Amino acid sequence: MSCLRALFFLILLPAFSIASAGAASADIGRVKNASGAASIERNGESIAAAPGLSLQESDVLVTGADGKLGVTFVDNSRFSAGPNSRIELSHFRFNATTLDGQFDTRLQKGSVAIISGQIAKKTPDAMKVRTPSSILGVRGTEFVVEADQ
Amino acid sequence: MSISANQILRGAALTVFLMLAACARDTVTLLPGADGGSSGTVAVLSEDGEAVALINEPYQVGRVRGDSVSTRTASAEEVKAEYGDLIGTLPPEPAIYVLYFEEGTTNLTPRSAPEMKKLLADVAERPGAEVQVTGHTDTVGKEVDNDILSQQRAALVRDLLIDMGVTPGDVISVGRGERALLIETEDEVQEPRNRRVEVTVR
Repeated sequence: MSCLRALFFLILLPAFSIASAGAASADIGRVKNASGAASIERNGESIAAAPGLSLQESDVLVTGADGKLGVTFVDNSRFSAGPNSRIELSHFRFNATTLDGQFDTRLQKGSVAIISGQIAKKTPDAMKVRTPSSILGVRGTEFVVEADQ
Repeated sequence: MSISANQILRGAALTVFLMLAACARDTVTLLPGADGGSSGTVAVLSEDGEAVALINEPYQVGRVRGDSVSTRTASAEEVKAEYGDLIGTLPPEPAIYVLYFEEGTTNLTPRSAPEMKKLLADVAERPGAEVQVTGHTDTVGKEVDNDILSQQRAALVRDLLIDMGVTPGDVISVGRGERALLIETEDEVQEPRNRRVEVTVR
């Protein structure tokens, strides 16, 4: 039994160290509030969303029927996810010195409220929201997108 | 069941899926800014990035499918009923605290001490709070040197915040050199109000 447990940890250990090394270099934002069924999908795994959880490029914000999720990004933009939503943070680049960046989001389903931040303020259309049927360019604003109505 | 029947079924499923995708419509609703001011703009873009329509009035609602867009203006009440819950879930706006230091030191000026107190209280209050320290310089010296100087000043303030109890993993420091002057000046002008550190609490 103890042998099995040791083996289990041996397998887990490298996975843990790789995950933490990746997290340190690529934080693009954080979860600020979460309720109901709300999680972050990363490399095919589901992580329960809780305040303080760091976000990385390619993460998908996922909510269920009773789920709500509020996040902020390092360029000061803010998102909230409505119920039954999947929002992929497909591409995020930001230079905090020059404020140049690029922020592509894919609303796969559901709804998202967005208050844009420094990326959209510095460069119009550098922040984009793609849905299954359209492409939106953000020019410094607050808005809601609902997919597939 | 023969393979060809299976293929027909799959083909039919694909056709239905494509038809559904073609019918998909998105709803884009522009909200007025938090300050009640200008609403900004969302542009509906074609595949090659050209704007085909603009949604730029408060409570303007665009129904979008590809590059075909129809718009109308909703009432504030309608938008609140539809999206009030979603908008209420948005995290609070980041707060910015400006700190000034005795020249060449990391000693806060007397005026900045209460500001530091407010900042620390804000960090304690926000769930999952993080802090960004941004250093700024005046226009004396070369731009590249000011980038380094502003970064160094920000790093010192980061250390100061950690000494005051902020978790190291929750604070980052960046320098913006002379790119964001508080007081607009010509080049090579000494201006103490531009030699500042802004702390953003998210």
